Amino acid sequence: MTLKGRDIINIGDLELDEIELILDISKEMLPVARGEKRSRTLDGKVLASLFFEASTRTRLSFETAMHRLGGNVITITGQEGSSLIKGETLADTIRMADAYSDIIALRHPREGAARMSATFSSAPVINGGDGAGQHPTQTLLDLFTIREELGDIGKQNVTIVGDLRYGRTVHSLSLALGRMGATMTFVAPDMIQMPDHIISDLKGMGAKVKRTTDLKAEIPASDVIYMTRIQKERFAEEEEYRKVAGAYKLQVRMLDDAKKHMMIMHPLPRVDEIHPEIDSTRHAKYFAQAFNGVPVRMALLKLILEGE
Amino acid sequence: MKEVKIAPIKNGTVIDHIKPGMALKVMEMLRIDGDARHGVSIAMYANSKKLGLKDIVKVEELELEPDVVNRLAVLTPNATISIIRELKVVEKYMVQLPQVVEGIARCENLNCISNQKEPIISKLIRTSADPPRYRCFYCGRDQENVQNNII
Repeated sequence: MTLKGRDIINIGDLELDEIELILDISKEMLPVARGEKRSRTLDGKVLASLFFEASTRTRLSFETAMHRLGGNVITITGQEGSSLIKGETLADTIRMADAYSDIIALRHPREGAARMSATFSSAPVINGGDGAGQHPTQTLLDLFTIREELGDIGKQNVTIVGDLRYGRTVHSLSLALGRMGATMTFVAPDMIQMPDHIISDLKGMGAKVKRTTDLKAEIPASDVIYMTRIQKERFAEEEEYRKVAGAYKLQVRMLDDAKKHMMIMHPLPRVDEIHPEIDSTRHAKYFAQAFNGVPVRMALLKLILEGE
Repeated sequence: MKEVKIAPIKNGTVIDHIKPGMALKVMEMLRIDGDARHGVSIAMYANSKKLGLKDIVKVEELELEPDVVNRLAVLTPNATISIIRELKVVEKYMVQLPQVVEGIARCENLNCISNQKEPIISKLIRTSADPPRYRCFYCGRDQENVQNNII
């Protein structure tokens, strides 16, 4: 098994043992990611960091990951930073980045941009999020965070809350958790619940899943509560949005019956679905989760450029 | 009503059992323009025992290859193809849904990269044969209705 030279476009492209390998190497990367140890593993290698859409965590953690491994970064941020604004196609931009670098990390507002880029680039492409499409490195860092905090992912009861209908990153996380044997509860109002085809895919792989609207009732049994942002633009009426968003907010007082080890995750940015008072509780793991973007992306860069 | 007949052809291809009203689309998809050599006859909304109504396209002096006509399956899955030589049917088969459909139907996701100004053509991958389902190679969107998005 090797990931050398591979494109990482969709979490579904990775076999389970490949995911495990990435998580194992991520763990080894921790001291370097924290700056406690130095590494020259990717000395002389160049990452093209092409972010055609706003991103804080993903771009910074990709670039930090490359620097921590002794590699270099060339970067484009926003469409105005590139020739795209002059009408250049993404395909041409990618051909150029391919010529200048050893590996490409891409975020783009159009779905499928990463898959297309991979067909134009001989350098491997890592999808850093394409529109409402895939975001495989987010899924990997989510899995890594759960494994670091709680151990065996397959034994966890994961409650996923918020916009489950349109959030495709939540879909890929659920499918990965399902493959690993985790139990899942989807909490959302009906209009933004997890779509039937994902539920049937999950059941098809033998995962235990249920859908509900009641967040509070699920807290005591949860090992992980994964919160997501409910997007205002999904609702026709402002009033309706407020009602729904209000019902899916975590407050400190709701956590009295939570398991001691229960961890709260969020891909960030949050709006107000997690009250800031929770930040100082033992349950808050979303900042640790954001940090984990660095070791996970380091692992990917190393495995893709150097192999094991 | 009496079944509509169109003249038999001596050599060529007959595409029968086309979904009613789709004959012109079929010609467009096969890029059959008709000229002095390749005469084309069309029947539209002809009576059919099997389908109620159907369209028929006959192309003279042209034997269409399976990989070309199979593209039609996306448009009209029940179509049958007969290859005619010297007034005899020498080969007859039903169109088969291709595994990969390239440049025939647009991805229904308007935000898909394949719907932008990029040097690529649409590419849909079959995920199920019955019922036929396709997924966009680029954005991964499962297509609700490929027939609505024929280019």
